[in-house]
Amino acid sequence: MAAITLIEGVTLALARALEEDPGVIVLGEDVGVNGGVFRATAGLQQRFGEQRVLDTPLAEVMIAGMSVGMAAQGLKPVAEAQFCGFTMPMVDHLMCHAGRMRNRTRGRLSCPMVLRFPTGGGIHAPEHHSESPEALFAHMPGIRVVMPSSPGRAYGLLLAAIRDPDPVVFMEPKRIYRWQKEEVEDNGEELPLDVCFTLRDGSDITLVTWGAMIKETLQAADQLESEGVSVELIDVATLSPLDMETILESVSRTGRCVIIQEAPRHCGVAGEIAAGLADAGIWNLLAPVKRVCGYDTVMPLYRNELNYMPSVRRIVDAAHQVLEVS
Amino acid sequence: MARTVAAFKVDYFQFLNPDGQLIEGQQLPALARDFERLVTMYRQMVRTRVFDKKAIALQRTGKLGTYASCLGHEASHVAIGSAMRPEDCFAPMYREYGVQFCRGVTLTDVLLYWGGDERGSDYAHAPHDFAWSVPIATQCLHAAGAALAYKLRNEPRVAVSVVGDGGSSKGDFLEAINAGSAWKLPLVLVIVNNQWAISVPRSRQNTAATLAQKGIAGGLPSIQVDGNDLIACLWAMEKAIEAARKGHGSFVVEMLTYRISDHTTADDARRYRPNEEVEEAWAKEPVARLRSYLMDQGAWDEGQEQALLAECTAEVQQAADEYLDIVTNDPQPVTTMFDFMFAELPHDLAEQRAQAEHYQDTGGQH
Ligand SMILES: Cc1ncc(C[n+]2csc(CCOP(=O)(O)OP(=O)(O)O)c2C)c(N)n1
Ligand SMILES: [Mg+2]
Repeated sequence: MAAITLIEGVTLALARALEEDPGVIVLGEDVGVNGGVFRATAGLQQRFGEQRVLDTPLAEVMIAGMSVGMAAQGLKPVAEAQFCGFTMPMVDHLMCHAGRMRNRTRGRLSCPMVLRFPTGGGIHAPEHHSESPEALFAHMPGIRVVMPSSPGRAYGLLLAAIRDPDPVVFMEPKRIYRWQKEEVEDNGEELPLDVCFTLRDGSDITLVTWGAMIKETLQAADQLESEGVSVELIDVATLSPLDMETILESVSRTGRCVIIQEAPRHCGVAGEIAAGLADAGIWNLLAPVKRVCGYDTVMPLYRNELNYMPSVRRIVDAAHQVLEVS
Repeated sequence: MARTVAAFKVDYFQFLNPDGQLIEGQQLPALARDFERLVTMYRQMVRTRVFDKKAIALQRTGKLGTYASCLGHEASHVAIGSAMRPEDCFAPMYREYGVQFCRGVTLTDVLLYWGGDERGSDYAHAPHDFAWSVPIATQCLHAAGAALAYKLRNEPRVAVSVVGDGGSSKGDFLEAINAGSAWKLPLVLVIVNNQWAISVPRSRQNTAATLAQKGIAGGLPSIQVDGNDLIACLWAMEKAIEAARKGHGSFVVEMLTYRISDHTTADDARRYRPNEEVEEAWAKEPVARLRSYLMDQGAWDEGQEQALLAECTAEVQQAADEYLDIVTNDPQPVTTMFDFMFAELPHDLAEQRAQAEHYQDTGGQH
């Protein structure tokens, strides 16, 4: 069993899925010979051939639309968009077709496709390469939205996404593609979709986040622990549908919650979680729920990107505010 | 029996062969003998190339972010920029510095943009041109919209956009052709076909014999030229732009060239293309080609060449110094994230702006 990175977890899951299901087709721009611009599909075309791992013409609408068609006719397309910014023209097919296929044909047709792509900032990438559009996808009925934050969860959740009978948007936090290594056994075991993962148990405050913000949130948790605060840390992992039960249960014990997201605050997933707490968790709350988010601005070019993204200090300050309320 | 209801052909134009000799036996444009003009173009091509080399060096030494090189595209780009008038409008993709320098975009602008500073897109000397369009092919429709604006207002202006061989597979490009045809827009769409879309070769986009014929399918006159032959590129662009200006509608020009560099500095082309192909491309590249023509004709000499290189090197160094000085000594405050979002800052953003200002020193302390 080897220690692998998050992106290697993606590659391992893709290989496993290609191996076990002849209907799985990996497609996208530069995914074949080049193995993907981040190397997520490295070696897959050599191993599984050009019929299974397809370099497409440069056309996102085509990739999304054809994935819908392939999925409805018995294949399992696992499409890659090269960067989050280039998924925008794909929204048409996701919103108007993929998420509705099962419903509008009363179950006669379905759309078991996966659209995976790197998301988020912090790697000095050019314009349109660093956004966090998860809320856009989470707003679409009929579509699951998943974001792993560790090598093991990348492997297990991607396998689950590919095997799932419905469309899944699988967002890969590229800033932590190579952050940590973890031993991951290639045993074909999937992790459950639609549940949060509690990464740390604690009793004073619940920090809720997902994707690459796990990194800063862990650092903030360490800092708070060193001050004697007991932190519970939850990785949401599946953003739609949302496992409020795990979050509510945690907050029923801690009474305090800070939600951290890299995406802009307005109409984001953090707001949805806060609404869930206001609805069913209000009597357990000892303090207002705080959100630490990206600003409601265009994602700046790289010189300012770290000023845009929530920092450890912003998270710790928000936690202090919440802890101060007695 | 079927009768032919429509038939098409695509003409290919080349006036200078790869050795820099005029190809006789065809009608040559007057331009081929306009050495003063050609020397001006040549100077711009060399300037662009010297700049490109410096930008890559800055990236390699950690002073610039990811950069998309224009090596090998100099004839195509300079021809497009030179054929346009200042009041025309250019909608670029991301590597057409040769066009942009002709339009007044500065070397420093380009460095600022790839250096992660928003001020790079604030072109002081190309006030109505669009900024770089990283989402492939979207710029084609902006150019079509600009062309419609000029047409509706009866202004003798032309919108020009560039798309790659990869980008020509996107609907945006085909929709721009269609719009140009539907409204007879003053629009020129240039396909800079450099044979590669990152790792995907031209042959993988489709099996059409030319990309120009996509224009014909949409009803536009469309031609193909040798994109490494400045004379052919400039001749084609001048014809297309002037016809568009006179109200004859839109045109498609496909320029055949080659992306000699990696796709960007983040790419390693050795992973997917043979080196022999790149060597072949060097034998056809545009700068040496025009230089040998000009030298053969006595319009250029080695002394002038050395002087030009020295001049360009100095200018480029000055731009690099200026860029580094700006980002070091006059960095954008964090608040500029907010200040250009709307004409007037909405109240919720004002609050966030204050917060960002408060936290700005933690930027980087992640
Ligand atoms: C809509 C969109 N999809 C994908 C990308 C990522 N990408 C950047 S450049 C490129 C290839 C472009 O090839 P081509 O159009 O031939 O232009 P070239 O870079 O060769 O000049 C790709 C896929 C993008 N920028 N925009
Ligand atoms: Mg190309």
